[in-house]
Amino acid sequence: MTVGGPATDGQGADPGRWIIRAARVAGYGGPGGEIADILLSGGSIVAIEAGLNHSGARVLDADGLIALPGLVDLHTHLREPGREDAETVETGTAAAALGGYTAVHAMANTEPVADTAGVVEQVWRLGRAAGHCDVQPVGAVTVGLAGVRLAELGTMADSAARVRVFSDDGRCVADPLLMRRALEYVKAFDGVIAQHAQDPRLTEGAQLNEGEMSASLGLAGWPAVAEEAIIARDCLLAAHVGSALHICHVSTAGSVEIIRWAKSKGWPVTAEVTPHHLLLTDELAAGYDPVFKVNPPLRTAADVAELRRALADGTIDCVATDHAPHPVEAKETEWSEAAFGMTGLETALRVVQEAMVDTGLLDWPQIADRMSIRPARIGRLAGQGIPLGAGAPANLTLYDPAAPAEAVVPGASKSRNTPFAGLELPGRVVATFLRGTPTAADGKLA
Amino acid sequence: MCAASSPVAGRDGLAVLDAEEIRRALTRIAHEILERTHGGDEVILLGIPTRGVPLAHRLAGRVAEFEKLTVPCGSLDVTMHRDDLRLHPARALGRTELPADGVDGKTVVLVDDVLYSGRTVRAALDALNDLGRPRAVQLAVLVDRGHRELPIRADYVGKNLPTSQREIVRVLLCEVDGQDAVMIGEEGSRP
Amino acid sequence: MKRHLISAADLSRADALLILDTAEELAQLADRPIKKLPTLRGRTVVNLFYEDSTRTRISFEAAAKRLSADVINFSAKGSSVGKGESLKDTALTLEAMGADAVVIRHSASGAAHRLAGWVQGSVLNAGDGTHEHPTQALLDAFTIRRRLRGGRGGTGGRAAPPYGGSRGSSPRTNTALDGLRVTIVGDVLHSRVARSNVLLLSTLGAEVTLAAPPTLLPLAVGSWPCAVSYDLDSELPKSDVVMMLRVQQERMTAAYFPSVREYSRRYGLDVARMARLPEHAIVMHPGPMNRGVEIAAEVADSSRSTIVEQVANGVTTRMAVLYLLLGGTEFPAVTQ
Repeated sequence: MTVGGPATDGQGADPGRWIIRAARVAGYGGPGGEIADILLSGGSIVAIEAGLNHSGARVLDADGLIALPGLVDLHTHLREPGREDAETVETGTAAAALGGYTAVHAMANTEPVADTAGVVEQVWRLGRAAGHCDVQPVGAVTVGLAGVRLAELGTMADSAARVRVFSDDGRCVADPLLMRRALEYVKAFDGVIAQHAQDPRLTEGAQLNEGEMSASLGLAGWPAVAEEAIIARDCLLAAHVGSALHICHVSTAGSVEIIRWAKSKGWPVTAEVTPHHLLLTDELAAGYDPVFKVNPPLRTAADVAELRRALADGTIDCVATDHAPHPVEAKETEWSEAAFGMTGLETALRVVQEAMVDTGLLDWPQIADRMSIRPARIGRLAGQGIPLGAGAPANLTLYDPAAPAEAVVPGASKSRNTPFAGLELPGRVVATFLRGTPTAADGKLA
Repeated sequence: MCAASSPVAGRDGLAVLDAEEIRRALTRIAHEILERTHGGDEVILLGIPTRGVPLAHRLAGRVAEFEKLTVPCGSLDVTMHRDDLRLHPARALGRTELPADGVDGKTVVLVDDVLYSGRTVRAALDALNDLGRPRAVQLAVLVDRGHRELPIRADYVGKNLPTSQREIVRVLLCEVDGQDAVMIGEEGSRP
Repeated sequence: MKRHLISAADLSRADALLILDTAEELAQLADRPIKKLPTLRGRTVVNLFYEDSTRTRISFEAAAKRLSADVINFSAKGSSVGKGESLKDTALTLEAMGADAVVIRHSASGAAHRLAGWVQGSVLNAGDGTHEHPTQALLDAFTIRRRLRGGRGGTGGRAAPPYGGSRGSSPRTNTALDGLRVTIVGDVLHSRVARSNVLLLSTLGAEVTLAAPPTLLPLAVGSWPCAVSYDLDSELPKSDVVMMLRVQQERMTAAYFPSVREYSRRYGLDVARMARLPEHAIVMHPGPMNRGVEIAAEVADSSRSTIVEQVANGVTTRMAVLYLLLGGTEFPAVTQ
């Protein structure tokens, strides 16, 4: 498979024009997607059809590849400003592009916290300068993530960064009154509060899912109810005030049940799940390797099964990576001293293929929905997550699901804390296009 | 004492001593011990596990028959003093049981089944050294098969058995193996 | 035996009996004029104690020295980045010093596991956070066996000789603890001694019951090889062994129980409760004790109490473990 190269009719190729040949376009034609050529020009998709004329365009042979709308991540930690030792906007978005992402939402728990227009605009500008994918900053709900006072949500919404998603992720907005106020306040500008559901009192010093593993390993338990109780409360609050609630990184079967119930009442609740919660369980903690330490913690096989079912039936709306890079010294220590978090941008699609597609739970058009269309809708993100079709922006991802399973190796992220290191995963992101320009190709930045 | 039974030749090797010959050898050793220790004065018998122990008990029994003398009897495990520990995984320890009066001032007769390189006896001397100060230490073995690697010799020998280093000598005793015999076999036969 | 001793679950029944039988033989050393064996001469044992614990450290030190090993005591304050040298850096230093074995006590569960990944020698877990303390369980099993399964060919239950030394008599080799009923009382949730004992005692055939308030038991305790009771008084008449765990006063502020007084009243082993035990039953405590909280002074000092001999048995048992881990082949490529 080759990217670029001169047009085969010998004429000089226009760098802005691309023909993607013989891709299986998710959502185009029949349910499985049909094979077609995609013509990109001027940042848009001009046509999708079999047998398109490719004169004047650079050619990308996509035989055997799936074409998806560019992936959108609702939950990423780019660490800049403040923790550039772990990641920067440049390296994080590079990792995103290699993972097939054309847009990421950068969470607000930076240093300083993104609780003012100034910080969110800085992150937004850094994203534009790097140019690997769109960076949509997330604003903090409370000042300094302290959970005491609302941050200037309206100013952040009006800023150049046009913040719509607000989250104290890393911390829970635990005060029910404050959560109510936040939900109400963002109605004015069609904002959404994304809650990190973790009752602080029930999880003081908690290290690992509370269960058999934590009991035998002697690690303080993190009970499922600490997540579920907050979700239940916030669903009720969202319904009561009529505002949009998004639940970050759902991790338990009980949480799924509550969200299903809330949705059945027609309440404005959406939810995401991480790739690692679709694949890994708390049994991996047996060797005390903190690469498996994450917030919320890895749970049991029963939880994993329920989360997969929920993503399949749409109770959970989308996959969000919660990409959480950490420097080596934060992870190469005793479990209780180690930082929480796993990287995920570069492996997300492969993990989801393993957990959802190869198990027959989702097909590729549904993947497009869960990893691009819905996240963009929840994030109120213009120009992203638009199904592939004539006139749509040329944000797309080309993926080879039949690539031989290969061990996960270090990539573009500055940090190495991936729980999938050395694990064999299927698939390979072959190319990522952002408004008609390739940002990644053949496993390298373009 | 178990009923004498003939060892199976071939697979077990060749029998060079049968039960009757072993009995006579032990009788002779018992007499020799009495001769050379002024009638068993202040003698104790310490068998080296595993098979040195029943041999020591048999010798004590013989002496009691001849002289109506009770010779204190015990066992001395030498595992912790061996010089070849690091060549094998750590072994289980044998039992060390000393007679009530200890070893100080006694004539200790160490008893073992086979004397070969002499390293086991060297270890026994070291072990004994940490237990007290015997007046004298002597060595009684049922079989001396030669090939000493240290300047050690036995005071009492049941049978001298010249062997090649390729051969394996096995002593079988009723108390441990259900029969009495001394077997020689080639390397590769059942040890 | 494997290369490390990190959890009591590492020991099969055969492994555990080998350790106990070896300890039986080594116990005689205490009565000899020369309390030393040359077996580990030239080996280096490092005591890496991050938590203050003079008793356990001295026990390991005595055990190693009696086997003629060289002992290096490495005391480290703090345990991670920002507080001092990281565990990994310490491990690399020990590697460079050529430690054959590292005995580690640490406040973080899993520290021994992590260390084992960074050193070539053997790792002996002397207590990691709230996870395990396998040599404590071994010395407890050794003590129980001597007191209740002693006597060659007998069924045990001999009267104990007066104070001093390692009490009880020598059991047959290969005698386990089948059928003995052990009740462990106290803060099981935070107790590494409890975890190791539940595993080891059940491996050796004992029936273990945990007696504690529900707040001090792990939620998943139902999956452990033991029974659970909230009522100590009903367990006492059926117990051959009562093992009291230390209860920290700090647990009260975290709402594990309302007051020390109430805890003592419901779960403390006082003289009245001791009287309800069968005549042969023994009382154990890993130490250090909170006299008057989980155990009354008179109980701790009674003849049923094994607290003093547990200390002596600790040295013997640790000698057995050190011998079995280090006394044989070097470990260039032994797999766990």
